[in-house]
Amino acid sequence: MAEFDDLFKKYEGLIPESLLNDVKDHLPAKVKKSDVQKILEKLHIEYELAKIDAGESVGLIAAESMGEPGTQMTLNTKHAGGVSELQVTIGLPRLIEIFDGRKQLVTPSMEIYLSDKNPSPDKVSRIAAKIKETSLNELVKTIEVNVADATIEVDLDKNLLAKYGIRTQAIAKALQKGLKNVNVKVKEDSLFIKLTKEGEELNKLYALKEEAKKTFVSGIKGIKQVLPVKKGDEYVIMTAGSNLKKVLTFEEVDSYKTKCNDIFETLKVLGLEAARQLIIEEAIKVLEDQGINIDIRHIMLATDIMCATGEVKGITRYGIVGEKSSVLARASFETPIKHIIAASERGEIDKLSSVIENVMINQAIPAGTGLPSLRIKSEGAVKK
Amino acid sequence: MAKSTPIKHSLVPKHTKMGERSVKELLEKYNISKVQLPKILNNDPALKGLGIKVGDVIKIERKSLTAGNSEYYRVVADATKVSGTSGGES
Repeated sequence: MAEFDDLFKKYEGLIPESLLNDVKDHLPAKVKKSDVQKILEKLHIEYELAKIDAGESVGLIAAESMGEPGTQMTLNTKHAGGVSELQVTIGLPRLIEIFDGRKQLVTPSMEIYLSDKNPSPDKVSRIAAKIKETSLNELVKTIEVNVADATIEVDLDKNLLAKYGIRTQAIAKALQKGLKNVNVKVKEDSLFIKLTKEGEELNKLYALKEEAKKTFVSGIKGIKQVLPVKKGDEYVIMTAGSNLKKVLTFEEVDSYKTKCNDIFETLKVLGLEAARQLIIEEAIKVLEDQGINIDIRHIMLATDIMCATGEVKGITRYGIVGEKSSVLARASFETPIKHIIAASERGEIDKLSSVIENVMINQAIPAGTGLPSLRIKSEGAVKK
Repeated sequence: MAKSTPIKHSLVPKHTKMGERSVKELLEKYNISKVQLPKILNNDPALKGLGIKVGDVIKIERKSLTAGNSEYYRVVADATKVSGTSGGES
């Protein structure tokens, strides 16, 4: 369709790119230039008609469009999606989590893609084992207290060490770092842990043994569970727990595609726009899982509001509602008395410039036809 | 991690710093002032290596799900002056 390029170019910026591409894809093999011109003219008119009018209450429409299908969603989170699947929050609780801007997720998780696009299943599980947060307990055959020498003897499992790709020396180092007042010695596949302070009682030694078991020796902190799965042609490691910053530095990890479901972690590591994109993707994922059809424009609007101040703010009285300039608007959402008392203490003035406060005092609201100044310039219009 | 190159990630769209003239054109086109633009904090990881200062306007080229490509604009705000009360109770 190269001969129409100049024609399409003319409409760039007037019609969205996706629509132009649609037209390009659906043009019949033989078509006259004048016809293409006519198509584009008509499309432009239709597009302008489809645009929402200035002053329309888009937020209200978005709220209703999301609120009603929300009542149809799963309320039960305890249900596991499959046998070997990791547990992930789904349905309404997850949607609330996303839009409230919760910082502590119920089930943080990651989707780790590999830089090697065609690895052997063996290699995948090796990488997965390397990423997983591992404590000493998982690597030992036996761990015993030798009462006579006042030492803890750790017998490491050779096969597991090979599988996780950890050396005995590294474990000894991690133990030395993780435990206080101890001396760790290596002898082949065994470790001997001794308290440095002489004359300590035995029960201290037993406590130390329990502590040693829980000591973090390898992997990435925060990744509690790993599950390699095949997604299409690609291997993906799903995890419970997340640590985006650390995982992205891993050589074996595709740092372009790897994601986590924690919005605030993404905000910190990849920035505001990435967080915005993630909110949209996560919200769509929840809704699609539930078989609910909401136009994504509603979600995008809500997300843009959440991200407007440079931070991610939830749709709560602490988040975007707390940003409203009007006292009455804030009070009408939640905890009215608190807001009104605090406002009177500060001597706040309500300029009645938005919708809710005007509904409350029975005045024409500045929305739709109540907002003519968006469309026309009148002589007496007050300049703000 | 101490690189100054912008992050390459599927979630991060292209950020560019706008020149003064194009900022003026933008503000005139929509008949707005800079404060009315959405904000982005100056410590945002995606702005690394762009050499920005507070008050600059950043053009963001998003891959939109509805329109193919879309442009968005944010003005750089000072991170230290933001309340920091984001998020809800958890």
